[in-house]
Amino acid sequence: MSLQDKVLSSSEVLNFGGSGFRSLDDIKELEGGREGLNAFLAVAEPEDLEACGQGPLEGVMVALKDNICTKRLPTTCGSRILKGYRSPYEATVVRRLRRAGALIAGKTNLDEFGMGSSTENSAFGPTLNPVDRSLVPGGSSGGSAAAVAAGYVRMALGSDTGGSVRQPAAFCGVVGIKPTYGRISRYGLIAFASSLDQIGTIGATVLEASLLLEVVSGHDTRDSTSAEKPVPRYRDAAVQGIEGMVVGIPTEYFPEQLDPPVRALLDDACERLVAAGAEVRPVSLPHTEFAIPCYYVLATAEASSNLARYDGVRFGARLPAEGLDRMYELTRGNFGAEVKRRIMLGTYVLSSGYYDAYYGTAQRTRASIAHDFTAAFNEVDVLFTPTSPTPAFPLGERVLDPVAMYLSDVFTVTANLAGIPGLSVPIGTVGGLPLGGQLLGPWWGESHIIAAAGALEASYREDT
Amino acid sequence: MNWEAVIGVEIHVRLKSEYKLFCSDRAVFGGEPNTHICPVCIGLPGALPVLNSEIVDLALRTALAFGCTIHFESVWARKSYFYPDLPKGYQITQFEHPLATKGSVTFPGSKGDTSVKIRRVHIEEDAGKLLHDRVPRASAIDLNRAGTALVEIVTEPDLRTAADVRLFLGELKQTLEYVGASNCNMEEGDLRVDANVSVRRSGSPRLGNKTEIKNVNSFSGVERALSLEIARQIATLEAGSVVGQQTLRWDDHREELRKMRSKEESHDYRYFPEPDLSPVRVTQEQVTTVLESLPELPRVRCSRFKKVYELRDYDAEVLTQSAANADYFEELVGIHIDPQVAAKWVVGPLQGLMNQRRENAQTVPVRPAQIAALIGLIERGVVSESAAKSVLVILAQEGGSPSDIIEARGLMQEQDIGQLTSWVTEVLAKRSEEVARYRGGESKILGYLVGQVMQSSGGTADPRLARDLLIKQLRNE
Repeated sequence: MSLQDKVLSSSEVLNFGGSGFRSLDDIKELEGGREGLNAFLAVAEPEDLEACGQGPLEGVMVALKDNICTKRLPTTCGSRILKGYRSPYEATVVRRLRRAGALIAGKTNLDEFGMGSSTENSAFGPTLNPVDRSLVPGGSSGGSAAAVAAGYVRMALGSDTGGSVRQPAAFCGVVGIKPTYGRISRYGLIAFASSLDQIGTIGATVLEASLLLEVVSGHDTRDSTSAEKPVPRYRDAAVQGIEGMVVGIPTEYFPEQLDPPVRALLDDACERLVAAGAEVRPVSLPHTEFAIPCYYVLATAEASSNLARYDGVRFGARLPAEGLDRMYELTRGNFGAEVKRRIMLGTYVLSSGYYDAYYGTAQRTRASIAHDFTAAFNEVDVLFTPTSPTPAFPLGERVLDPVAMYLSDVFTVTANLAGIPGLSVPIGTVGGLPLGGQLLGPWWGESHIIAAAGALEASYREDT
Repeated sequence: MNWEAVIGVEIHVRLKSEYKLFCSDRAVFGGEPNTHICPVCIGLPGALPVLNSEIVDLALRTALAFGCTIHFESVWARKSYFYPDLPKGYQITQFEHPLATKGSVTFPGSKGDTSVKIRRVHIEEDAGKLLHDRVPRASAIDLNRAGTALVEIVTEPDLRTAADVRLFLGELKQTLEYVGASNCNMEEGDLRVDANVSVRRSGSPRLGNKTEIKNVNSFSGVERALSLEIARQIATLEAGSVVGQQTLRWDDHREELRKMRSKEESHDYRYFPEPDLSPVRVTQEQVTTVLESLPELPRVRCSRFKKVYELRDYDAEVLTQSAANADYFEELVGIHIDPQVAAKWVVGPLQGLMNQRRENAQTVPVRPAQIAALIGLIERGVVSESAAKSVLVILAQEGGSPSDIIEARGLMQEQDIGQLTSWVTEVLAKRSEEVARYRGGESKILGYLVGQVMQSSGGTADPRLARDLLIKQLRNE
């Protein structure tokens, strides 16, 4: 049997990391102790572990970002406005996980409503990076990435609107996949920016992240934006190899300002790709510099609308007041500073008189960015870039500088704007801190980026 | 110099769909509050809308009935505002790219046939309802209606009088019922009307400042509100003042217009394309199928009835007001009933029966074949017309065949001269005053006397024979 034809059983995948599984009690003990990371907002009780199917994840603990609706556990979005909220229904991904035999270990911390890049914007305190507890784990799926990196669980779901799965995976030294827009149902994922949001998977290894992706992907009639595309066996792609694959290096993603050690790791990763049989060539994505402003116009516009429903009328927190307007004001005062900032921005860019200048321009820019990728993928199979310009930064460093915080997403937002799949895989450490390399593929090209990540991972494993 | 009003209307029509627009809850009027709701239509976090495509067909029927141009791609948009009956904080509607544009409606206006251009027809979801009388010192919210499907029909400002607006709305309602797009039940709020009105010197090409009248749910209310507002604007202008742009709410109870708080009207709805839904795509094939399935529209049918069946204007108009009546009539004609006679029966006795029983031509238990049999019996002289009307009522109550009923109840027409003569003699003896008037040359009184004979006979007398006998006796004496 050649490597290309290798078909993996789930047990082969799950034994790969070899560090075994932890129980709910272990997780509670770890989180509750002095070394606790605040990765979990809720850990399941044994009675919450509902009977499940006999699928490829039978008996496997999976953690969920706390913006994915569960019936058994609260769903808070890291917000005071949803403190204690229990969804009366369950997200499609949760049903698929249970059908595959998975056990929902608990709900993980996040930047409030997914708005942030450090998990410091949670109303329930920041999550610490297990690699170095003085650093942020990245965000907004920081809880999920930290839980996998710390070995609490082998896999977790996050959501990625502008890099929120890939960037924390990079900061914590694990693997994060944001698939093509429409690959995974968003039904039951609490919306931040609907046209950009996509559930993503985090795993200790490429295989685990890929197996999880395989389980939760697929069409869902409850989400009009989910695609009717068959789901390939992504776990097999991870061990397929990359002989003959053409990898593009977009020059715009390697700016002068990159730290030399970061650049050195990226160059080393390129050499490993070549050594694994790929061809590497430079490409250009000329509209990259407009991605951040474009993203922050569109994401905030959609967020301002998506978060209108938190009005204290039907669910969630309500602060009593004389009169409706005052009730709205007090209740919505429960949002944290970053959420308020984005609602204000989004309301502004959609206002009559400004709509064309901001939203209209951003939509056209988005099309240009998407076109850059289409053109590039006519030349190459995948693109390789850094996931983030730097490794994890210290807690508190960027809290007061939103623009610096926004710029940590500079290499990841483009995939969301274009709808294409992206993946972050560890490519070594800088000063002891993990660095992530990002692989981007064309629409529905998950298998390509998983194969490339698998080849890189194998190469680093051979080093040790 | 005369003043002229310029009026455009927006009509919200609840579509006749079993389910809501974006979820699988049933769209039912009434019912216990909050029993037809789900995560989608009450806007729970994480829930997503999925279009119920049956509704697109209903909206297409509406747009095509008014001759609109259908757009093969129309785009959902979010219209944002905060109100407790609006679960998501935005309404899903269509804004920049509606389903259909550029249609027209022609209706018999006060100055003859009048045309109104339709600017656009689009689909949107309805909001819930605030209940102010359920909980002391608080408002309650019923979300059963939230997410039910509406079409909004917007006209150009082509209307000129309040009376014409009412006539136009009547035509619109009739058409919507005809094509099966809506039940048009006014009490249930199936049709809600907003009107924009301004006033200018007759013949002036310029438009005056307009005001908007919101949320009227009866046609008479629209007419009264507009009449009041037109008069107010004229008085304002004649006094040398300026009409201020404002939004008014019609209070049906007090019959008055009240200015809405300026805050309520200063909405910036922040429309933007709905990212959770793909555009509505309609194919030429779909349009053709819907077009072919549309029934003949009321005005076309009315003129056909006049031309083909040679009906009087009045009969043709009354018959075509409801598709069910017109169908009933054509069924009668189809079983060889003379069109004039068939029209007389549907417009007259049958309509009376339906009104009494609160039924329509589809639900009334007397079917065309039964009426046809009855008409045959009248023509053969077996039963009088007045007795036949009693037979109709019995048919509705008990069913069966007209001839059995006539026989069982002895309603056969009396043609026996001896029996008829005795009723005639009796009537003439009792009505000496009328007899004197007839002899004094008031020949029209004869009809009254025939009626008296019919009454004495319990409706069974053959009216022609009775009439002949009456004349004979009145002359002989």
